[in-house]
Amino acid sequence: MSFDFVKYALITSVLVSLCAALLGVSLVLKRYSMIGDGLSHVAFGAIAIAAVLKITPMYFALPVTALAAVVLLRTGKNSKIKGDASIAVISVVALAFGYMLLNIFSTNANISGDVCTTLFGSTSILTLSKSDVYLCLGLAAVVIAVYIIFYNKIFSVTFDEDFASASGTDTSLYNLALAVITAVVIVIAMNLVGALLISALIILPSLSAMRIFKNFKSVTVCSAVIAVICSVIGILGSIMFDTPVGATIVTANAVVFALLSLRKH
Amino acid sequence: MALITCENIALAYEGNTIVSGLNFTVNSGDYLCIVGENGSGKTTLMKALLGLKSPSEGRIIFGEGLNKKSIGYLPQQTAVQRDFPASVREIVMSGCTDRLFYGKKERLTADENMEKLGISDLAKKCYRELSGGQQQRVLLARALCAAKKLIILDEPVSGLDPAITKELYSVIENLNKKDKLTVIMVSHDIKQAVTYASHILHIGEKPLFFGKTDDYLVSDACGLFSDRGE
Repeated sequence: MSFDFVKYALITSVLVSLCAALLGVSLVLKRYSMIGDGLSHVAFGAIAIAAVLKITPMYFALPVTALAAVVLLRTGKNSKIKGDASIAVISVVALAFGYMLLNIFSTNANISGDVCTTLFGSTSILTLSKSDVYLCLGLAAVVIAVYIIFYNKIFSVTFDEDFASASGTDTSLYNLALAVITAVVIVIAMNLVGALLISALIILPSLSAMRIFKNFKSVTVCSAVIAVICSVIGILGSIMFDTPVGATIVTANAVVFALLSLRKH
Repeated sequence: MALITCENIALAYEGNTIVSGLNFTVNSGDYLCIVGENGSGKTTLMKALLGLKSPSEGRIIFGEGLNKKSIGYLPQQTAVQRDFPASVREIVMSGCTDRLFYGKKERLTADENMEKLGISDLAKKCYRELSGGQQQRVLLARALCAAKKLIILDEPVSGLDPAITKELYSVIENLNKKDKLTVIMVSHDIKQAVTYASHILHIGEKPLFFGKTDDYLVSDACGLFSDRGE
């Protein structure tokens, strides 16, 4: 008997969680926690459109979500609609629109099954092909490399955008990069935990890490470690207890967060 | 040539012009205080000097090789920073903006500036657990890492108690006198401004005064400001 499928699932989920956790530190500290949630709903809407138009979901969802990320980060700063409100609007509208499209145009009799899979992740993580794994490896390598190379700049822009910009750093470029990378990670991670649970992968590990550590480097490293451990536990747990993959990974993260929160008080 | 020359600047905030016809120069070694009431455009002017915003009219000319990378900036604290998990050293180092990776040079610069501000022993402490005065010193140390010629301070003492305020003013005075750093400070504390600054720029709906502090004390603009209870 071959356990290749477990191996592939473990590799991809570890990499995706790791990337999400790295981004999460910056997003949480910049008060952009809800962006992951908003973007995943946009990705859901995009996948619905792709399904209707019969295009490969990934090719359509990726650029649309990236565009939404750019728009959200831009408007967060200076528009009349404040950041959180615009995220909320885009988020619900995309969700409603996507669900409506799926209902009107669906060729599949089991609509609620389709929707449920997109929202909460599918078991397809356990049936990944080699090429899926390679795609994931490549993207994760890019995200991690970018993070390491620009680590000091990321710190600077996260801690104090005005200072960074005043001393000659192109902050809008970094924000743009952050938005696009976030969108990429979200679209890839949708396979794993589904649209509704993706923001848990982004937010929870860094929140847990911030319970323990008080400097940026330790928080970043710890957040990555927690993400990796939780996704391994989640995958193995879901196979052992036959529970949904995404929900199990998120539960593992939530338990870690709860334990670390209790520890202090 | 002056370090900064501002020619006939007008500034707008959300589309409304708040100040226009602004002319002044800053020379190397000056200590300029920009004063004015709330909403008079002090902060907007400072943002224009920093290149964070462009003036709606006129131009700002940098001389003597001044560029963005040789300006240190002490902003007002933001909500994000108050609970940010970062060590003092990490924050001070982030003032070294020349290179992507930090090396020996950056570590030395950071150590030097922490020493100068008396916060060397706090290097490993968490920023959010420091007192307001200590946090301000940390941000000042970071600004010094970036400042080669000029430092721009935005209300550096707001929210600090009188003793700490006095300390911080004398630190800034030292930077100006001993280290020959040019200082531009935005402040609404006119008394302290005239005590320490060499030049005053007083702005309101129109530029009210620009010149040496001694001349300012006997000007109409100064009387105008103190009459209103400052």
